Amino acid sequence: MALEVEGLTTEFPMSGRHVPIVDDVSFVLPEGRCLALVGESGSGKSMTALSLLRLVPRPGRVTAGSVRLGGRELRHLSVPEIRHVRGHKLAMIFQEPQTSLNPVVRVGEQVTEAILLHERIGRSAARKRALGLFERVGIPEPGERFDYYPHQLSGGLKQRVMISMALSMRPEVLIADEPTTALDVTIQAQILGLLRDLQREFGMSILLITHDLGVVNQLADEVLVLYAGRVVEKAETTQLLSQPLHPYTRGLLDSLPGRRRPGERLYEIQGVVPSPLDWPRGCRFCTRCPEVFEPCAEQTPPLAAFGSEQSVACHARHRERQGS
Amino acid sequence: MNALFSAGPVREALISDLIVGLVLAVGLGAGWAARRNEIWREALVGVLRRRRYSVLVLGIYVFVALLDSVLWVGGTDSSTSSVSDKVALQEARSPLDRAFADSSEKSYSAPLSRVEFYDVSALARPGAHVFGTNVLGQDVLYLTLKGARVALLIGGLTSLIAIPLALFFGILAGYFGGRIDDVVFFVMSTLVSMPGILLLIALIMALGQSTFSVCVALGVTSWVGFCRLARGETMKLRELDFVAAARSLGVKDRVILVRHILPNLMHLVVITFVLMFSGLVLSEATLAWLGIGVNGSWGQMIAQAKDELSRDPIVWWNVVAAGAALFVLLLAINRVGDALRDVFDPRTRGEKL
Repeated sequence: MALEVEGLTTEFPMSGRHVPIVDDVSFVLPEGRCLALVGESGSGKSMTALSLLRLVPRPGRVTAGSVRLGGRELRHLSVPEIRHVRGHKLAMIFQEPQTSLNPVVRVGEQVTEAILLHERIGRSAARKRALGLFERVGIPEPGERFDYYPHQLSGGLKQRVMISMALSMRPEVLIADEPTTALDVTIQAQILGLLRDLQREFGMSILLITHDLGVVNQLADEVLVLYAGRVVEKAETTQLLSQPLHPYTRGLLDSLPGRRRPGERLYEIQGVVPSPLDWPRGCRFCTRCPEVFEPCAEQTPPLAAFGSEQSVACHARHRERQGS
Repeated sequence: MNALFSAGPVREALISDLIVGLVLAVGLGAGWAARRNEIWREALVGVLRRRRYSVLVLGIYVFVALLDSVLWVGGTDSSTSSVSDKVALQEARSPLDRAFADSSEKSYSAPLSRVEFYDVSALARPGAHVFGTNVLGQDVLYLTLKGARVALLIGGLTSLIAIPLALFFGILAGYFGGRIDDVVFFVMSTLVSMPGILLLIALIMALGQSTFSVCVALGVTSWVGFCRLARGETMKLRELDFVAAARSLGVKDRVILVRHILPNLMHLVVITFVLMFSGLVLSEATLAWLGIGVNGSWGQMIAQAKDELSRDPIVWWNVVAAGAALFVLLLAINRVGDALRDVFDPRTRGEKL
């Protein structure tokens, strides 16, 4: 089932104004594919994911746009209906496996309960399913680990438990919010490999949220670059990594160690992401952009197609194209 | 409602025995549940290891309270001849009552004395009164032991009223916030802004003076502190990822509260229960001093003995026996409470004491 998001806008009241933390985000995640949302902290990646599930923390609110899963509009579902969609169709795994599991409940029980939540099967059948899932996500000695408390498991194992919980209802779309950020590099590779295998096996789509372009390279088919709540660039993964168009994307890629010769200083994007209250009127990146010119501060650049597999929201690129 | 609070003494005794049973059942149930859970088992073992004497002392108090809580009518006590003892045979009496049957004297006698305190006539049972007898000739040791049940009843019943109340409102206010939080917080602020002792007296007067009304009044006035704590802790838990994860899996709020919030508050419940218990027993002593306590409590014994302290020669054993019983119980409870807090506090968990 394809996930189609159009014009999604989520606003938070701040200092008497309604600030769009997620501003007019649109994308399509086709069945069985992996789309990555990339951006710095505060760019609205996680908020986009929570908006899809209608779990935006108060006082935030989704104010515009549509979220369709298999043609069904999620924004207008009743509370019991959206609850059914959560977990069943759209499941989510979180950044911090340390805090994503209830510390006082055995991990096996937590997965079993997740299964029982949406399915009318017996407790022992659910337990058997949970054990199968533990084995599938690569937890060694699942029978023994089943009765462990979260604090007795390592970060990687905890994340595997989280994944098995998210998979327990065979969701159509898995939202992975920085699934490997809190893990060390070797475990990170294992978890990414696991996600890729599971995606193929279950035929799921994955919405991957990350700030790590290395992770994007390993898992994603398509990438959406977010800056200050807006989509600034959208492209096929290989295209984006080889030929980034937006100055922000270029900055991100140039700041990776692999792109520089040894001894050379890494590139850094000047400044920090401005607070939502100080977002410029035009292009939100204009305060940090090396290619800034007149229209940038005043006019919002539209997201326009650039070739068949890439689109970008940048006045500089648009001008270059018109010039050529 | 009023019928329950102003029930006759016999009925009150029976109901209070049921409540002692209930308190004990809750305690045993919690203990049994804890046995199956490693975290709790570890905590219990930790407390036992750190405070074995305090736990032993508490065990003795509970045992004595139990001795006084099993009642039956009749008995094989045929040696008595007085009318009052014959009447007593028709009443339900506990093992403690039976053990101390026939222990009455005419008036005061000093501890282990062989003669009466004032007129130096021979006692019915010379040398048998370890703590002496009071003005009515009742054995003070007997009265002191009977006080254990009353203390357990006050602390237990009041906690059973106050803690669920505090948990319920604290969790609701902390989890849902907004209007509900405003209302709960308003009620709490209103309650704490009234002088506690005045509120207690007013409530007891309104409910009619009995064991239950004292417990209900204490419960109503003492839930605020823990409610605040539960509210704050819930607000913290609400923001944690596992609650967000549960919501993202489509778990209902009700289930999240019961499965995810409540179990993470249980250590606070246990610590609060233990520390609250001693505070409640003390509060009752204060009330007894003001003349509105529970019948047969140590507080009442102390209050009744206050005039005896100014006599010459001084009648000291009443107040000492009741005071010592109260002091030892509170000390033991507070030490266990301390150990519990240490066991649950990750910063001191590793320490061996």
